[in-house]
Amino acid sequence: MQDFTQEFIIALKLVGTGDPELWAIVLLSLKVSVLAVIISALIGMPLGAGLAVGRFPGRRVLIVLINALMGLPPVVVGLLVYLMLSRSGPLGVLQLLYTPTAMIIAQVVLVTPIIAALTRQVVEMLATEYDEQLRSLGVSRLSSVPVLLWDGRLALMTALLAGFGRAIAEVGAVIIVGGNINHVTRVMTTTIALETSKGNLALALALGAILISLAVSVTGAVSVLSLRGERQGVGHA
Amino acid sequence: MRDYQAPSDHPIISVRGLCIARDGRAILDVDHLDLDGPGPTIILGPNGAGKSLLLRCLHGLITPDGGAVSQNGQALTDQVRAGQAMVFQRPVLLRRSVAGNLDFVLRRRGLSRVARKAEREALLAQGRLADKARQSARSLSGGEAQRLAILRALACKPAVLFLDEPTSALDPEATQEVEQMVLRASGQGLRVVMVTHDIGQARRLAREVVMMHGGRVIEKGLAAQLFSGPQNDLTRRFLSGGLMV
Amino acid sequence: MIRECARAAAAVIALIAGSAQAADHFIVVQSTTSTQNSGLFDAILPWFEAESGIDVRVVAVGTGHAIRNARNGDGDVLLVHAKLAEEAFVAEGWGVLRQDVMYNDFVIVGPTGDPAGIRKGTDAVAALTMIAQAEAVFVSRGDDSGTHKAELHQWVRAGVDVAQASGGWYRETGSGMGATLNVAAGMGAYTLTDRATWLAFGNASGLEVLVEGDPRLFNQYGVILVNPEKHPSVRAEAGQRFIDWLVGPDGQAAIASYKLGGEQLFFPNAR
Repeated sequence: MQDFTQEFIIALKLVGTGDPELWAIVLLSLKVSVLAVIISALIGMPLGAGLAVGRFPGRRVLIVLINALMGLPPVVVGLLVYLMLSRSGPLGVLQLLYTPTAMIIAQVVLVTPIIAALTRQVVEMLATEYDEQLRSLGVSRLSSVPVLLWDGRLALMTALLAGFGRAIAEVGAVIIVGGNINHVTRVMTTTIALETSKGNLALALALGAILISLAVSVTGAVSVLSLRGERQGVGHA
Repeated sequence: MRDYQAPSDHPIISVRGLCIARDGRAILDVDHLDLDGPGPTIILGPNGAGKSLLLRCLHGLITPDGGAVSQNGQALTDQVRAGQAMVFQRPVLLRRSVAGNLDFVLRRRGLSRVARKAEREALLAQGRLADKARQSARSLSGGEAQRLAILRALACKPAVLFLDEPTSALDPEATQEVEQMVLRASGQGLRVVMVTHDIGQARRLAREVVMMHGGRVIEKGLAAQLFSGPQNDLTRRFLSGGLMV
Repeated sequence: MIRECARAAAAVIALIAGSAQAADHFIVVQSTTSTQNSGLFDAILPWFEAESGIDVRVVAVGTGHAIRNARNGDGDVLLVHAKLAEEAFVAEGWGVLRQDVMYNDFVIVGPTGDPAGIRKGTDAVAALTMIAQAEAVFVSRGDDSGTHKAELHQWVRAGVDVAQASGGWYRETGSGMGATLNVAAGMGAYTLTDRATWLAFGNASGLEVLVEGDPRLFNQYGVILVNPEKHPSVRAEAGQRFIDWLVGPDGQAAIASYKLGGEQLFFPNAR
């Protein structure tokens, strides 16, 4: 164990000295996951809001389905996206397999249900509270959606963070559709998996420490921004 | 008793055959009601009398099982409803700044930036909230919040203002401020229709009173006459504090 | 809000466009974990890339998985180590030609305590028989990889039906070589590994090589160009260039020069 502690410290120093290769990996991780969350938000938020305020047949079934999809196993998603993007698959001509785009697609599939389900919850609670007031002001059901999304923004920020946490920490899907190709699709989690399989446990753990501090900084930064926003008068969600 | 001169365009709200039933029992049954007297109109009655339900029907928030509401002979189309505004018992404020709550309505009216600013500042001054314009609306006290809700309703430039027990959760001082805003609005020519179960408040505000009990209108008249000589036995008992729900 | 969305969309398009732009300058090689985990690719690919300007993107999975990916057209070159499966791949028309590239050998590693007493053996079949008799824990890849296939061969030779012992003393991880070595180290178990992954493995605590030098533990790697007639998307020219380099004097010399701790990991043997 003594050995391991020393190794870990050495590994931490290594990753702390700003090795350009490592930073490229960190940057790619961020790029892929941030883009995945943005795209998921563009799909998931209107979808969740629509489920919250819409009244159509099959709505309850859809809500249950989306809630269930929050727990999609990443490996299964990776496999499905692989089958779609493979040369032998329906989208093979796009040549997206083993690219960062493929990883973004897989993460969007994983994150969208999370954002949609949490958005649905937030917006539905808000819609219940606002219902009579908005109708009194002549706001139609459809045009209430942007109002509810905006007023639920603090809670929705948490939904985005939950999505980001899922995306940045996920390995099962991105390793299948990205292929963990050095300098192309190698991200934090796949590097950790690779170093673990090489038996470089201390290095893997040091990389894990970076991943955790990355997740903590992003979450912290967003929380600080939200708090400041609250103080400036946007109120609590 | 002040002399009252109703403006020529003072809206008249009419109810015909209005009926709402739950579980086979009528909880609202108003066959014929015209709010045609001078304002403010106070809908008075004990809890469970159907006052708030009636108010929501007048504003088109609830579609009745039967009957219809009209304003100046017109059905409650979106256009007619756009000339109405409502203040609720618990103010529902948007999660924005005080100014943002007013802007939301002013923007919907399609006002220019300059016009919005002018109107917003006038309203904030009127509600004594100018110094809190940038503050979160959710951080206001109960009285301030209700004042903002009234200002926001006034920002709609309505012809009719409905208020549903707006002071029931407020202390006497805040209640007085809200009552003054209501009187001022009425004085400016708005038809004010307000629900309350507070007899003292009704005496302070009402020019026209609609007395409700058990989902029905049991008496309607000018405040001066109704308070001094109620015709209905239930009204008499309510005014003397002897009527239970 | 709208401006942010537009910016995000632009970034995605740029990302997609970026990956399409470089399309002509890279090939995808479907290969095995042993070649990647041992560090061979990291050592030799820069030479080829510098010389050819072709970026070699390696997807490292088990041999079985790599062959299936290549069959789906998701690679231009296949570099694995299961000769029978490779020959079948070519015979079925999925590959153009199979060529030997290099070899090393498998070794049986196990706990220093060696409960089955196989130390210093040179006969893999005898050693596995002893492990089975002692019912000492043996960890298998269990993932249809080249190493897994080679291991199963030896069990058949030893006349041991490991399927019956599965879950008992015979444990299948279904993972790569490194992950399996981690399990073996954690459980104090025996396992069969290629020598390259073993030498590059950093968590060998408590494990050591107990059996080596059996000619039956020979581990041959072959390279195949995925058939462009089956998959027109195959970058045949660039792929063939990589293969020619790999089996040519420069590639062979590069493979021979890769050493870890003074030990050569792969022995070039292209003809």
